[in-house]
Amino acid sequence: MAFMKRSPWILHYDASSCNGCDIEVLACLTPLYDVERFGIINTGNPKHADVLLITGGINAQNREVVENIYEQIPEPKVVIAVGACAATGGIFRECYNIIGGIDKVIPVDVYIPGCAARPEQIIDGVVAALSILEEKRAKMNGAAQETEQAGEST
Amino acid sequence: MTVKEEQTIIGVALENLLSEVGKLYADGYRLVQIGCTDIGDSYEVNYSFDKGYQFINLRLTLRPETEVPSITGTYWGAFVYENEMHDLFGIPVTGINIDFKGTFIRTAEKYPLSVTKRGGDRCQNV
Amino acid sequence: MSERIIVPFGPQHPVLPEPIHIDLVLEDETVVEAIPSIGYIHRGLEQLVQKREYTEYVYVAERICGICSFIHALCYSQGIEHIMEVEVPDRARYLRTIWSECSRLHSHLLWLGLFADSMGFENLFMRSWQLRESVLDVFEDTTGGRIIQGTCKIGGVRRDIEQEKLDEMHRTLDPFEEKCRDLGDVFLNDETVKYRLQGLGVISKDEAYALGAAGPTARASGVAMDHRETGYAAYGDLGFKPVVETAGDCYARCAVRVKEVYASIDLIRKAIEGMPDGAIDVKVKGTPNGEFFSRAEQPRGEVVHYLKANGTKHLARARIRTPTLANIPPLVKMLPGAQLADVPVVVLSIDPCISCTER
Repeated sequence: MAFMKRSPWILHYDASSCNGCDIEVLACLTPLYDVERFGIINTGNPKHADVLLITGGINAQNREVVENIYEQIPEPKVVIAVGACAATGGIFRECYNIIGGIDKVIPVDVYIPGCAARPEQIIDGVVAALSILEEKRAKMNGAAQETEQAGEST
Repeated sequence: MTVKEEQTIIGVALENLLSEVGKLYADGYRLVQIGCTDIGDSYEVNYSFDKGYQFINLRLTLRPETEVPSITGTYWGAFVYENEMHDLFGIPVTGINIDFKGTFIRTAEKYPLSVTKRGGDRCQNV
Repeated sequence: MSERIIVPFGPQHPVLPEPIHIDLVLEDETVVEAIPSIGYIHRGLEQLVQKREYTEYVYVAERICGICSFIHALCYSQGIEHIMEVEVPDRARYLRTIWSECSRLHSHLLWLGLFADSMGFENLFMRSWQLRESVLDVFEDTTGGRIIQGTCKIGGVRRDIEQEKLDEMHRTLDPFEEKCRDLGDVFLNDETVKYRLQGLGVISKDEAYALGAAGPTARASGVAMDHRETGYAAYGDLGFKPVVETAGDCYARCAVRVKEVYASIDLIRKAIEGMPDGAIDVKVKGTPNGEFFSRAEQPRGEVVHYLKANGTKHLARARIRTPTLANIPPLVKMLPGAQLADVPVVVLSIDPCISCTER
């Protein structure tokens, strides 16, 4: 992994997973995998977060919660769907209360496969998401500069 | 060796439910669970009790929309099962100590396991 | 009299890995009433029995919860085996016991970590989870999966553990137990832990029994009830005794789980030593017809799978009552009297597993 410029903060939300992926996300923070050495910090506050990491599929009740959390995260932001359920609904896709994957409600940037997703895969996914985050940031900065220049020329 | 435990299932009429439950409580049984089963056009409701790994079931058979009295007067903790019974099956339970009135388990459609919903494919994303 | 206010707790809360919502009615800092509401992760998988054949549903049952996964699959399989009168080979019974106890180990270590985190004891959280990784390594080595194993099936198990591997596991148990005892020593004897936990969220023996408490929550109040005593799988051969505490507070609930970690290690040791030779599964023919309330002891308490079959490939009904659902009424009784700052500790002390509860 290349040198990382920033310290990304992650917000984790359990949509309707079986807990398996959530536990693996938490396992990433603990001594064996220890993502904190990359400066990645797990936060509970959406306004502090850069990355939204969601496990499990969307159901009727948590749909609004997920939308709400997504809205609260400041731009630029990336969304990671962890596990088969977050991607498509997985083994539960045919249940009456499951609407489907996370992308039915909010845009997803990275999908991490697996049932349950392994900590190594989750770390890989987060690293992939960080480069997307950098791109989004560059684009935002570029757009801001352009409007500034446009403002000066008139 | 598979599990070889005796399980007794006793049919009970709706009007005797509370007195039968009261007898089991006095005998020192604990409430294990309340669960419903859809049997065609009516429901089977199982009230399961246990004492020293002896398992007793009281079984009610109900037509849809029949009101069931709450047993929370005897077993305070039964409210979780009775709310669940109401939210998933649409069986009205009267006199629950903590009545969530349909908000204990919120589902996309009302009473997803109700017998009146039978027929249509309720599973999504197939 | 001071004013009453309602503080919503959850669903997205830093201390909760899973969403549960509790409305706390407070008088100053003290809780006077707690009203839980669930449903954020309700999936409705009981109904999947209509879509999946009875042999396939084992894998759905396993995914009711990613922590108690193996024991859910075991409980379901035992229920079907009882209905179909299938006799499981001895080696399969022992292998199931080993995996069940590994499950319990990883669940309890996980819980100890989260519980330490809820007290603000970060270092202890990390140490518990570090130890837990060695249990997951055993799972990965013997089943291929870390938390979802997929080894249990109707009629036995899908994978054998070779003798070499069993010997290796047996050798690593002693050093592992030593580390667990070091960790357990902190939970049981540390002054700050005692200060936070003793006398908090007390529930008496009679109350716990009447409210239908299950597992460590009941055992911490002195109710000696553990479904492993009935001797399913190989527990009957291994001489099992439940761990019981009497104080009924958060400290007692913690102590029960610490001591169950030691007990599980002991059970695994005995199961490896007594491992019989032979087949690991029997062929299951036909379809089930009948009903059974299958019960097993999960890390969180007694789980009930009610299975009703009608002679076709699809079950007519599966109803799953998980231990956390049974432990919600005791929780509602434990919270009043606690300070707001202690609420996360009390909530975690029942080891809530919301994915299980809501299915």
